[in-house]
Formats: sequence, C-alpha cells, structure tokens
Amino acid sequence: MGNVLVWAIWIGAAAACLGSGIAVVSFANPFFSALALIGNLASLAVLFLLASAEFVAAAQVLVYAGAVMVMFLFVIAYLGGRADTPFEGGPSWVSFGAVLAATALLVEIVVAIGLKAGDLLADEAEVGAAFGSPAEIGRFFLTDHLLAFEITSIVLLIAAVGGVILGTKTRAEEQLDRLDKAAP
Amino acid sequence: MGPDVTWYLVVAALLFSIGTLGVLLRRSPLIVLLSLEIMLNSANLALISFSRLHGDHDGQIFALAVMAVAASEVVVGLGLIVAVARRKLVLDVDRFRVLRG
Repeated sequence: MGNVLVWAIWIGAAAACLGSGIAVVSFANPFFSALALIGNLASLAVLFLLASAEFVAAAQVLVYAGAVMVMFLFVIAYLGGRADTPFEGGPSWVSFGAVLAATALLVEIVVAIGLKAGDLLADEAEVGAAFGSPAEIGRFFLTDHLLAFEITSIVLLIAAVGGVILGTKTRAEEQLDRLDKAAP
Repeated sequence: MGPDVTWYLVVAALLFSIGTLGVLLRRSPLIVLLSLEIMLNSANLALISFSRLHGDHDGQIFALAVMAVAASEVVVGLGLIVAVARRKLVLDVDRFRVLRG
C-alpha cells in the first residue's frame, strides 16, 4: 500500500514538473511563465523529498519559490508591457535548429548515462532516517565542506554588490536625463 | 520503496532539454533566465538522485551550492535587464549585439 502511494505521488510530481517546464517555455507572457516556474520548483521540491533530501527540498521552496521568484515577478511587473517580445526570432530554420539541438542533447545525455552507469543504477544504498536532515547537512557544511560554505558567502556578497552597481544611475545616464529635460 | 534512481534521471534529462529549448528558442531575456533556472534545477535533481544512490551527502551539499550560485545569477541577470530597460532599448536577446556602455 505504501509503495503504491509513493509511486502515485512521484508520478504526479514528475508530470507536474515536466508539464510546468513546457509551460514556462511555451507561454507568450513572461508573467505566466514565471508563475509556471513556481509550480515547477514546487513539484521538484516534492521529488527532492521523495529522494530523502528534506533540507534541500525546504531550501528549494524558501529560496527559489519564495525569494527568487518574487524578485522575478517584481521585475516583470516593473517592466510592464515592455517585457513582451515576439515569441521566437530569426527565420524558421533557426527554430528548427533549436528543437533539433535540444533533442540531440537529450539523446546524448541518455546515451552517456546509459553507457557509463546503466548497470550501476540498480543497487541503491541503504540510508537511515537522518539522511538529508538539516542536522546532517549542517554538520557536513561546517566540517567537510567548510571551504564551499565560505566561498558561497563571498559569491552572494559579490552578487549583492553587483546588483546595487547595476541598479544605480551612472553619471552618463544622469546627463542624458538632464538633456532630455532641457530639450523636450 | 519508491521509484528507481533511473526514473529521477529520466525526469532530469527531459527537464534539462526543455530548458535548453527555452534558451535557444525564446527571444525575451526574462524567459531565457527562467529557462536557465529550469536547467540548473534539473542538474540539482540529478545531483540529489545520485546522492541518494550512493548514500552520500556530498551531492546534496553541491545542490545547495548550485542554489546559491543560481540566486546570484538571477540578481545579476535581472539587474542587467532592468539597466537595459531603463535606457529604453528593446528587450530582445537578438538585439543585444553590443554590450558596450
């Protein structure tokens, strides 16, 4: 019984994941695409939970579906009508090439994983109930992976500084604004 | 017992190619960024399923680092889009040929 339930939840989450991914790519309006991406991230979090990665699933909902997507929606709302661009560019062979390249990449991934690890995928390791819990992840971050943890903090700091620099007006822009006001 | 690791990897591969299709096909820089997020998340799904396969935490730690890098990338990407929009240029990746200030 428990087996059937896990499979049912898994299939539902995977279908929602793929469906909302296709929706992100195919919606013309960026606002709806961003909403579809929230659904995609939430269903991915369910898949993470089923792969016994509880902390990563929680972080996914908090960081992505919470913080990052709210920022996306704010920027799309700020841009308003100017966010709408034509669906695809170039002549039709460019679109055909894009579809072809994506399909080729899919085939390549499947072949590479099948050849390299096809027979290793069956023997799954046994894990305890503590696997993927916040306590375990925190312990690993502060012992074995301390360097990665510190580098992540520097990356986030640099990104924050970069965001502020990109957001402030430069001197040239202020001059342009003055010229605009002087000669309407 | 739930589904095998193979099924997780199938979903990850499909999501990655959907994201690639979005990056290659769409013209709006916002949707290109959203598709990039899909690609990063499919890589995260593969990392987590491999971490489950080996019974090892390293893949989950890697996935968290990828999440932090993705958040930084969104900050810089959205900053660039807003900076381009403030100069009253058309938001179309086919027209971003010159990145000079």
